[in-house]
Amino acid sequence: MWNYEKRLQYPVKISQPNPKLAQVIISQFGGPDGELAASMRYLSQRYTMPYKEVTGILTDIGTEELAHMEMICAIVHQLTRNLSLEEIEKSGFDKYYVDHTLALWPQSAGGTPWTATYFQSKGDPITDLHEDMAAEQKARTTYDNILRLVKDPEICEPIRFLRQREIVHYQRFGESLRIVQEHLDSKNFYAFNPEFDTTPICK
Amino acid sequence: MTETKPCRKELLDWINVLSFAVDDAKLFLDTHPCDQEALEYFDEFKKQRVQALKEYAKYYGPLTLDTASTSTERWNWIHEPWPWQEGGC
Repeated sequence: MWNYEKRLQYPVKISQPNPKLAQVIISQFGGPDGELAASMRYLSQRYTMPYKEVTGILTDIGTEELAHMEMICAIVHQLTRNLSLEEIEKSGFDKYYVDHTLALWPQSAGGTPWTATYFQSKGDPITDLHEDMAAEQKARTTYDNILRLVKDPEICEPIRFLRQREIVHYQRFGESLRIVQEHLDSKNFYAFNPEFDTTPICK
Repeated sequence: MTETKPCRKELLDWINVLSFAVDDAKLFLDTHPCDQEALEYFDEFKKQRVQALKEYAKYYGPLTLDTASTSTERWNWIHEPWPWQEGGC
């Protein structure tokens, strides 16, 4: 069950449209390292997670990623509001516009549609948490790349907030990995998969 | 005693601050469930957040289901702008 709060996690108030930047930033909605993939990754992985701290962190970070997706969509929406046909043609936004008008649709900056193949839910806590830590760093790099292209402080500020959250999430997943390892055989972390095996498979 | 209507932007900023404190503490507590300092921190900001959300709903419409009221003439959940719109939160 989820409840909606009628506010953004961090405010987005953009006064100047910029369809060119919108096409870049949309990657953090539906791109390979975007917020939609992040949320679906954590919310899918949590069902078989045997440790309560880690189930909690997957649920709560997966939920926060939905709020980040909403911020990204608000940014893209505000960057493409009230566009003239001339602005649409000049900025190269025409290729998106022809299929979606000014609506939001999850795709990468290059136009590839969002796909569940952007993430894995492997059913092994060591494997999944390594993926999760890598995902946070990949999202952080993407935000760094976006920040190099953005000059407008109204766009920079929410993007910087989102970038900082990637670092906090990385830290929490690192702690989660430590919690998982504390439950395992310190001589061989791979002796068994606690999401599947009841007895060790290798010594 | 007359109550003064709080400034909408200031109150909303305050709700964002309190909510962020609660959200960030929540993640920390997931991996540090016995940290007494973090438990107290969470509790303090959670209390203030509940209060601020109630106050906001009273003057400017509900941000949450729990602060939505039916004692008004119309269903005001849909009346105020959505967060991505002009004048939204």
